[in-house]
Amino acid sequence: MAQQVSAKEPTIEQIAEQKIYKQFGVSDSEYELICGFLGRKPNYTEIGVFSVMWSEHCAYKNSKPLLRRFPTTGPRVLMGPGEGAGIVDIGDNQAVVFKIESHNHPSAVEPYQGAATGVGGIIRDIFSMGSRPIALLNSLRFGKLENDRVRYLFEHVVSGIAGYGNCIGIPTVAGEVMFDEAYEGNPLVNAMCVGLIDHDQIQRGVAKGVGNPVFYVGPATGRDGIHGATFASEDLTAESEAKRSAVQVGDPFMEKLVMEATLELIASGIVLGIQDMGAAGLTCSSAEMASKAGNGMELYLDEVPQREEGMTAYEMMLSESQERMLFVTEPQHEEQAKAIFERWGLHCAKVGKVTDDGRLRLFHKGEEVADMPVKALVDDCPIYEKPSKVPDYYLKNGSVDTNGYEQATDLTDALRKVLGSPSLASKEWVYSQYDYQVRTSTAVVPGSDAAVVTIRGTRKALAMTTDCNGRYVYLDPEVGGRIAVAEAARNIVCSGGEPLAITDNLNFGSPEKPEVFWQMEKAVDGMAEACRFLETPVIGGNVSLYNENSKGAIYPTPVVGMVGLVHDTDHITTQEFKAEGDVIFLLGETKAELGGSEFQYAVHGVTEGRPPELDLATEQRLHKAVLGLIQQGLVASAHDLSEGGLAAALAESGFGRGLGATVDFQSNLRPDIALFSESQSRILLSAKPDKAEEVAAALKAAGVPAAQLGTVGGENLTIKINGHTAISAPLGEFRKEWKEAIPCRMK
Amino acid sequence: MKFAVLVFPGSNCDIDMLKAVEDVVQQPVDYVWYTSTDLSEYDAILVPGGFSYGDYLRCGAMAQLAPVMQEVRKAAEAGKFVLGVCNGFQILTEAGLLPGALIRNDSLKFRCHQVGLRVENAGTAFTNDYEQGEVVTIPIAHGEGNFFCDEETLASLNKNNQIVFRYAGDNPNGSLDNIAGICNEKGNVVGMMPHPERAVSELLGSADGARMFTSVLNAWRERNGAASIR
Repeated sequence: MAQQVSAKEPTIEQIAEQKIYKQFGVSDSEYELICGFLGRKPNYTEIGVFSVMWSEHCAYKNSKPLLRRFPTTGPRVLMGPGEGAGIVDIGDNQAVVFKIESHNHPSAVEPYQGAATGVGGIIRDIFSMGSRPIALLNSLRFGKLENDRVRYLFEHVVSGIAGYGNCIGIPTVAGEVMFDEAYEGNPLVNAMCVGLIDHDQIQRGVAKGVGNPVFYVGPATGRDGIHGATFASEDLTAESEAKRSAVQVGDPFMEKLVMEATLELIASGIVLGIQDMGAAGLTCSSAEMASKAGNGMELYLDEVPQREEGMTAYEMMLSESQERMLFVTEPQHEEQAKAIFERWGLHCAKVGKVTDDGRLRLFHKGEEVADMPVKALVDDCPIYEKPSKVPDYYLKNGSVDTNGYEQATDLTDALRKVLGSPSLASKEWVYSQYDYQVRTSTAVVPGSDAAVVTIRGTRKALAMTTDCNGRYVYLDPEVGGRIAVAEAARNIVCSGGEPLAITDNLNFGSPEKPEVFWQMEKAVDGMAEACRFLETPVIGGNVSLYNENSKGAIYPTPVVGMVGLVHDTDHITTQEFKAEGDVIFLLGETKAELGGSEFQYAVHGVTEGRPPELDLATEQRLHKAVLGLIQQGLVASAHDLSEGGLAAALAESGFGRGLGATVDFQSNLRPDIALFSESQSRILLSAKPDKAEEVAAALKAAGVPAAQLGTVGGENLTIKINGHTAISAPLGEFRKEWKEAIPCRMK
Repeated sequence: MKFAVLVFPGSNCDIDMLKAVEDVVQQPVDYVWYTSTDLSEYDAILVPGGFSYGDYLRCGAMAQLAPVMQEVRKAAEAGKFVLGVCNGFQILTEAGLLPGALIRNDSLKFRCHQVGLRVENAGTAFTNDYEQGEVVTIPIAHGEGNFFCDEETLASLNKNNQIVFRYAGDNPNGSLDNIAGICNEKGNVVGMMPHPERAVSELLGSADGARMFTSVLNAWRERNGAASIR
């Protein structure tokens, strides 16, 4: 094997003696394994390639045993985890393609580009399957807005998401944003993309056909994003700022051209395999494509378009320059492919060929500079079963009494506080910066339980949402994991959709910590159980570990991205009250459950105890009943009860059309608990007065507890418990608090 | 009547515009590539929104140099109907087909939401199906929609009745005199920041934009001696 070309690069011996591989996150034992696979010591390019392929980001080496616990199949699943994105059948030869991915660490050091390229990356995952992207979602976590750095990160992350999505012309239709000290210094930026595809257009990232040429398309490769995948797989530290060069720079205009050209190329039927160059760029795409076909690949690096002079093999293989794709076609289609790209002003370069030797071989300046077994790169990364330990905080929380706080004297004021808490407050400041209407299909815009996007030429629509309450997961990962899935499904149901499947983004701290690994295990168990029960398999996702700040791990935050099928646009339902006089029902049971609630955090300043319980059978009964009522046209509005409990849900339902409400209900609970408990499996529903009886009867027959609370109307929101007024004020006052909370802090 | 929807690299409302024509007026409509040098077969030319050439320079500054724009100028001169929406409006001002310029929103942020628009001139080819002074709901989605021009131009816009739409209620971008859309002196070229093609169905929030399309069909039929559709 040739020594490296550049004199600056360490030699094979230096790598071994000075243990340079450790800088790339390769352990001594892994280094030994690599030497074994190669039958010799790796050179600088090879160790670089191995290190990214064996990073957590690419190999899931700490999370794979957990991921195997997820249900990944189902009657509608056309493609599960493993490809760019999962695919679910929605009938009529159509399917929905979706995936979520994190860009947490890049966004922590360079928020605009970090977030923007997160969006760019997930869009490529969708269109590289042959699918037309139709919607973007996101899930964001930041520290408290009182902190300057947090405001800077928040402002620029939102701006980066907007900058990319708006320019490329894919609507950003939904998302969630929460604020808590736990995320200070390590924000979470998860982006999800949803696409549509016809069954016969589905592509795979496979390098088929020995001897076929491999093409590179997109902008030239530069020295940006080198080792991005490795960077994503270690703790953020004070030195992370120095790794800004590991953050890529996005060009949404370029991606728009690459997307249109790629979709045109795929539609022409000449593509045998295609994959985007995301994490670990050329390395990952070439190795994975070869692996999936059981083939090998040769790459001629002199042919790779280069933005800078004197780039080494190492740099080209590890660059994460954006908006690039790799595809394989038959030799006779080369001219046709080139013509398609040229029409879009793009250049495509033949950079390699499919081989039968199962090896990834790199050639540069007339020499072979790397020769590695594909299988070793893709499949043979050691998988670690990390030790797990129940954290002390969890044990202590078991004996915390969350019902014994001094009772707030002014519950109207408490509701103002809860509504004005940035996590619960209106996110209009965020979503009005996103173009959520381009493609003219967004029937339910941001701000309701789930967004709904219509499918042109059909009566169908897709409901979509992202959900996770990190506080619940922190307090009890298993229950919190179950709730994340159940709440996402509840949001889909409230919008009139049948939940189909999920994509998950597992954001956790360092798996080296047994307490964090315990959180991961338990959360995955909870999610897996809920997915099995609610028949929403996991069709793909992403794992982001090492999310830590100086105080320790973030709250465990396994974000659920869910898509549901609305069978007829007539079923589309929103959370807002529709008309004066409509009858309000509360479905489900309210228990004394303040652990992890927004009320506990906003009013009492703590997050402690156990989160609300969740019974999956109860949850499913609720979903079936509500979806049935919606499909029969009996429901005016439906809103999932979540953060802020019943009081917040009543206010939120009124904000849309400025409709107050007067309700009175019976409860044995203390008023503050009855109003702000976050008991699960509850939905606030309104119906026209002449439909109320039918609704009540149907719910009774379905075995869903339902209380008729009162009616929609008036300027005030008045909530009485057992005939005594607990909360009463003009709805406009609550709305002001809720609407201005974020803009005021961002001024 | 035949419509052209121009496509520049980075246009992203081209599909929406074409579908709006198909859905609202059911007339033949084609995408026309930015390199085209012949628009003779088209009666109306729609310049859609998006981020032509990434809008990395001044919005529309690159697109106005594309080959097809020579043809758009000829078409406008010949009295054909030309509508520029959002980035399309920016391109038309850069091309000199409409006066003024669109600068950064005063909030310095991209803004996307429904706005109320007052129809200030119901006499143009694209607004004859509205009532003068009517307030309609059509969404905006832009970062650079703040219309600006010098005093003299503003005076002549007012004098010649070239202000087609004004924001009714909050001005979302700081535009001069609340201007949301204008036309040329002849009234055959209209540019506006709000997106009528996004407001052609109640399911999607508003159908008030549909009459932009019925208006131009009316204008064409009148010119060609056919009966009005309404």
